[in-house]
Amino acid sequence: MDADDVRRAIWRMAHEIIEHNHGLDNLVLVGLQTGGVGMAEAFAEALGEIDVRTPPVGTLDVALYRDDIGIRPVLPEAVTDIPVDLDGAIVVLVDDVLFTGRTIRAALDALNAYGRPRSVQLAVMVDRGHRELPIRPDYVGKNLPTRRDEVVNVSPEGVDLGEVVKS
Amino acid sequence: MNHLLSITDLTRADIEQLHKLTDSFAEVSRRSIPKVPALRGKNVVWLFYEDSTRTRLSFEQAAKRLSADTMTFSVGSSSVKKGESLRDTVLTIEAMGVDAIVVRHASAGVPWQIAGWLDDRVSVVNAGDGWHEHPTQALLDSYTIREERGSLEGMHIGIVGDVKHSRVARSDVLAFTALGAEVTLVAPPTLLPPSLVGWPVSVSHDLDAVLPSLDVVYLLRMQNERMTEHLVPSLREYTARYGITLRRVDALRDDALVMHPGPMNRGVEISAEVADLPRSVIVDQVRNGVATRMAVLYLLLGQGVEKVLGAEVSELEVVLDPDRARSGPDNQAQGDAKAGQRSSSGAGVRA
Repeated sequence: MDADDVRRAIWRMAHEIIEHNHGLDNLVLVGLQTGGVGMAEAFAEALGEIDVRTPPVGTLDVALYRDDIGIRPVLPEAVTDIPVDLDGAIVVLVDDVLFTGRTIRAALDALNAYGRPRSVQLAVMVDRGHRELPIRPDYVGKNLPTRRDEVVNVSPEGVDLGEVVKS
Repeated sequence: MNHLLSITDLTRADIEQLHKLTDSFAEVSRRSIPKVPALRGKNVVWLFYEDSTRTRLSFEQAAKRLSADTMTFSVGSSSVKKGESLRDTVLTIEAMGVDAIVVRHASAGVPWQIAGWLDDRVSVVNAGDGWHEHPTQALLDSYTIREERGSLEGMHIGIVGDVKHSRVARSDVLAFTALGAEVTLVAPPTLLPPSLVGWPVSVSHDLDAVLPSLDVVYLLRMQNERMTEHLVPSLREYTARYGITLRRVDALRDDALVMHPGPMNRGVEISAEVADLPRSVIVDQVRNGVATRMAVLYLLLGQGVEKVLGAEVSELEVVLDPDRARSGPDNQAQGDAKAGQRSSSGAGVRA
């Protein structure tokens, strides 16, 4: 996917979010640190142009809720910022890549600390497969089959596949 | 990082990383449910051979907000009364299966001694050893200044009072100067250490001369028990020369902060009115203490080392191959331009 494909996918998913929720009432976008934050802002911009209102955008760092603490280095990258009460809200979690599903599990856990949303939905730019938990996205930019050891890089300029090497 | 024993073990980058981490834990403390599951199943024991209220409660609060389990070892009701040695006590605690020991002891160096006896798996945190160091206090003090003023770079900080007997002063001097601040110790000669060789500080005996140039005036507790050693003629004379009163506050710059590690002796080193001024960030220090100790415990207990391709993640980088994910003839030119592009090691390795 190149920059235009990414932009078109954002707009398509934005339309789907509005259609699915019959508008933007009580809708809050929550971008996951760090890859989902820019995407959540892009969603807010697109939703604001399609609808009259721009939904509030929050950011969530799930490091402290991960199940691999103590197994790998897990440090919070940025301060979580949830600007509104999530009780009764429709939360759309936004991330760049959906892989094992463990980040989303941690995010669902973390959201509990901020309230009890009416529903939680998931929007991702790339679903690369290899799920290890029963989690599925509601809005997908692109289904991208990958090998486990590959790396998917998402930015506004496009989606790239790569691999990890020793430096 | 396996232990936190001294500020000297930390580089400026380490302290700044801890401060950044503390920001995240301060946010946790502000939530309606201020608890995260990060250290579930970890066991922390408080080994306090010396009295403490705020440090122990602050560590306790930090551990609980991280969902760690805690045990308290208080000397008064333990086998120490029956003559058990420090080493046997520590090895007994270790055998019960603990992940960290937070120790306070009246003798300098005890935390190092304990760290040497223990398996590498157990972390030791120095919560005050004699007159030597109190590293978490220095981390929370520097965090509080950073929170109020953005940075310590170029700040002039006066540490006033009983420097000689103060572990807080020793750790603070190290942390403040490591972060680029200039420190002046202000005290009567009897309350300064016999030698200041190697200390990156200047010294003054005249508080009124120093006050106008200070960004932070950091007051140490005038320990009443020192009076028996006749180091100052009387508390009233100490207050007259080194106590912060409303009159002396007027000499401070408008944005200068007043700090104190507690417990305060109102009316001795700080007057009651000054302690309640908005510029006194003493309550903020206590609040930041919890977040700072969360960061320290998390950094010591929550970290693992992941190996990919037999190397640590920091030694890896990602080589992108754009042709594989971008399809269509239009992208070919852009794809070629980006071939071989390298991005930072963390990108995309995250699940």
